[in-house]
Amino acid sequence: MLDKINFYQTGSNTVGNRLINPSMRTEQASVDRPNSLTCGHRACQGCGEALGARYAIDAAMKATSGQIMVVNATGCLEVFSTPYPESAWRLPWIHSLFGNTAAVGSGLAAAAKVRAELNGDSVTPRIIAQGGDGGTTDIGMGCLSGMFDRNDDVLYICYDNEAYMNTGVQRSSATPPAARTATTMPVGEEPGSDWGKGKDVPLIAMAHGIPYVATATIADLRDLETKVAKAMSFHGARYISILVPCPLGWGLKSSALTVTAARLAMETGFYPVYEAEYGQITSVRKIRQKQPVINYLQIQRRYAHLTGKKADPNVLARLQAMCDANIEHFGLLGDEAPQLNPAAIQAYERSKKV
Amino acid sequence: MSTEQIEGSLGVAKAVSLCKPGVVCAYPISPQTHIVENLGKFVKSGALKHCEYLNVESEFAAMSVAIGSSAGGVRTYTATASQGLLFMAEAVYSASGLGLPIVMTVASRAIGGPINIWNDHSDSLSQRDSGWLQLFCESNQDAVDTHIMAFKIAEKVGLPVMVCMDGFVLTHAFERLNLPSQEQVDAFLPKYEPREFLTPKEPISIGSMVGPEAFTEVRLLQQRKMLSSLQVIEDVTKEYREITGQHSGGLLDCYNCENADLKLIILGSSVGTAKDEIDRLKAQGINVGLISLKAYRPFPYAALKAAVGNSSQVVCVERAFSFGARGIICPEVKRALEGTSTKVCTALAGLGGRAIYGSTINGIVKHALDGKFKDEFTWFDIDTKVLNSYTRNALGITFPEGPIAESELEATLLRA
Amino acid sequence: MLQVRLHGRGGQGAVTTAEMLSLAAFLEGRFAQAFPSFGSERTGAPVVAYARIDEKNEIRTHEPIQAPDVVLVQDRTLLAVVDVFSGIHPSGYAIINTTEKPEDVVPELCKQLPPGHVLTVPATDFAVQAMKMNKPGAPMLASLAAATDILKLESVQQSFQTRYPGKVGDANAEAAALAYNFLKEAIKGGK
Repeated sequence: MLDKINFYQTGSNTVGNRLINPSMRTEQASVDRPNSLTCGHRACQGCGEALGARYAIDAAMKATSGQIMVVNATGCLEVFSTPYPESAWRLPWIHSLFGNTAAVGSGLAAAAKVRAELNGDSVTPRIIAQGGDGGTTDIGMGCLSGMFDRNDDVLYICYDNEAYMNTGVQRSSATPPAARTATTMPVGEEPGSDWGKGKDVPLIAMAHGIPYVATATIADLRDLETKVAKAMSFHGARYISILVPCPLGWGLKSSALTVTAARLAMETGFYPVYEAEYGQITSVRKIRQKQPVINYLQIQRRYAHLTGKKADPNVLARLQAMCDANIEHFGLLGDEAPQLNPAAIQAYERSKKV
Repeated sequence: MSTEQIEGSLGVAKAVSLCKPGVVCAYPISPQTHIVENLGKFVKSGALKHCEYLNVESEFAAMSVAIGSSAGGVRTYTATASQGLLFMAEAVYSASGLGLPIVMTVASRAIGGPINIWNDHSDSLSQRDSGWLQLFCESNQDAVDTHIMAFKIAEKVGLPVMVCMDGFVLTHAFERLNLPSQEQVDAFLPKYEPREFLTPKEPISIGSMVGPEAFTEVRLLQQRKMLSSLQVIEDVTKEYREITGQHSGGLLDCYNCENADLKLIILGSSVGTAKDEIDRLKAQGINVGLISLKAYRPFPYAALKAAVGNSSQVVCVERAFSFGARGIICPEVKRALEGTSTKVCTALAGLGGRAIYGSTINGIVKHALDGKFKDEFTWFDIDTKVLNSYTRNALGITFPEGPIAESELEATLLRA
Repeated sequence: MLQVRLHGRGGQGAVTTAEMLSLAAFLEGRFAQAFPSFGSERTGAPVVAYARIDEKNEIRTHEPIQAPDVVLVQDRTLLAVVDVFSGIHPSGYAIINTTEKPEDVVPELCKQLPPGHVLTVPATDFAVQAMKMNKPGAPMLASLAAATDILKLESVQQSFQTRYPGKVGDANAEAAALAYNFLKEAIKGGK
């Protein structure tokens, strides 16, 4: 079943890539590629975050002719890329803390502006602040919202793998319901992460009215690159959330399934992929071949309690209903248009509560 | 040089403005707020050019923005106090660990709970291990001058500097201030040239993870920088005094210390009050010396030892203490005086805005001369009536009038 | 060193009055200091502010004033609420903002201080007349100038005009002049 949708995989030599203009293709390797996050780092086999960061930052480098400086939150990406005295970053890069990345980005953007002014430079370096979902949607939320509020010239990228992976897979506000984490174990009446909790940070970002918000996944790298390039065409605060499956934290049956998992998250409606400008959705990545949510869940051990013999079919139905609600809200199928004000999936789940 | 009758906060804002910071981050908290308000006005009016003024959403963001801008190679300033300093504490440590020469005013104020907006030193002293230089100011003139010196010290040493000035007592006092001219400051403080900063021209990684294989060595080098700052503070102070003719800054300052057998050690705005009282005592034939401790971090052990000389008794008038332990300044002074026979103790006074009057200083001096400081630690300016109004009914104990030595407080545990 | 304590209510500008007192002294070439009793007082709450003036020397002390040489009461209703004259020097001055006579308002204090050292002035009336606002600071300081040689009227006026350039400063200066002339007349009449 999974093999059937391999057709949509993107990459230098895959079928999909051959159908598009060479100038628009992604490049796995090329002498021109900046390789901002270069080889030799210490990410796990099959790390979705490393793949996402490599593509996102290179796309930004390409879009700005190399004028990118990066602020990195504490987390896997920081730890695996800069174990002292080594660094895998081939661009200006700083790490300060877990929860202050957006604010450090604001400061760096201000400094870049002032230095360009003082030196009479025609080009001002652009800033990307990046972190995982814990560093973004939880501990970094205050600074993120402040950066949006001031509309500082920072692109914030959240590499969303739906839990605190660096500390050993604990629940974050981006963890979906029923998912097993170290702090939401699959025990009791409602195993896994609680229902009716969590928040939709892309929609929260949109509510700030910032110039550009997008979601993407590492299953569609060309889409990801296009969105990063587009984000760099705007000035002011921008936000991109990239779904980056974590083989370890999600318990993928193989570390080769990272991209597959991301693709299934899109194709089931579990993770809606869209972009928005100034608070309004402008485009939605349609589902190409709708998949039932079970196909997504069954390759992840964090949902093992939903697919085994003792599984509660009602829970599966609830998750399927969430995906269907996403499809409806964001118009992910056919010619449907997204709702004017798409609701966070948490709202759907909470409104059903008796 | 111009002379103005202005609020301390405005004086500090003018001093900071003379240093031409490229980024100022502002978040309101009493009693610091007037400083950043004034800086905001200077930026808006165009008086302070090439400066980005950011209204941030918290102190944690204020220090984080400062980290970003300082790492981006721009002279950076912010100000805070009390709860705000604690709220940004994690970033405070990050700034020093990254070696960023940020200058921050701490308009010293008590820490809650219970919430208290008035002056003492518990906020600034709580950050003593943060790796920042901490310079205390005894007057608004001292604050103006110390801020200008702080930028130079920070940039020479490669560490951030906290300028601690007493909240309200100094920040809100309207006094005569001598402000150096822009030409004088420009001659003293060159255009900021960061040694290392983030730029696409020379990409570097800052703030990588350091494991057990090198963390101790990183810390040792940080300590080395901190130790080097002792001499830098002295050199910069000398240079500043020569240019401006002011008598501010330094590691410490002695008043009436010649032949004084009893010396007081005081930080901050009570120094002036104590000087007046020392003059009155002198007129009565009582000779008391005063050491105004300016640099708390780095702690000037050698300079302090020299300043104390062969005095037989030193009383640290402290405006903060450590729960479960005793004074915070006193142990440092004892270290400085190790091997001497000088008796050192703490008179705790002036917590949470309780005013330190000339009479308070007089009381401390008399208490010391009468040999009444029997313990290392004494609650000096206790209002016995307030205390007993609670303890009489709630604990079944009462305290006698006057200062309470730590052993007397301990003894009440047996009585209760 | 001369020490002045000001009592007012939040919103009447007592802190500003103290600052303007110090500025007026500064403009006359003297050393001066002003500071509020720090708090988070809201509009209408009793407020205390302090000022010190020294002819020659830098003012080093930062303690609140416990034994004032002059007490200025910007709001008569405070007399019943706060011990505004606490610690006043035996030959000190007290000026109260009221239309009533000193003997009727503070008979005890009149006996305690030398004759002519307790004064009343309808400062609010003058402020409202000149500025349409209950900001009695300028008339209070002008009264101090009229009653003592601590300050010149012109310095008081100049201090407000420096702080509030334009209409507001001029209106304060006008209110100050009204109070100054009133008190000079009253003192002359008293003699």
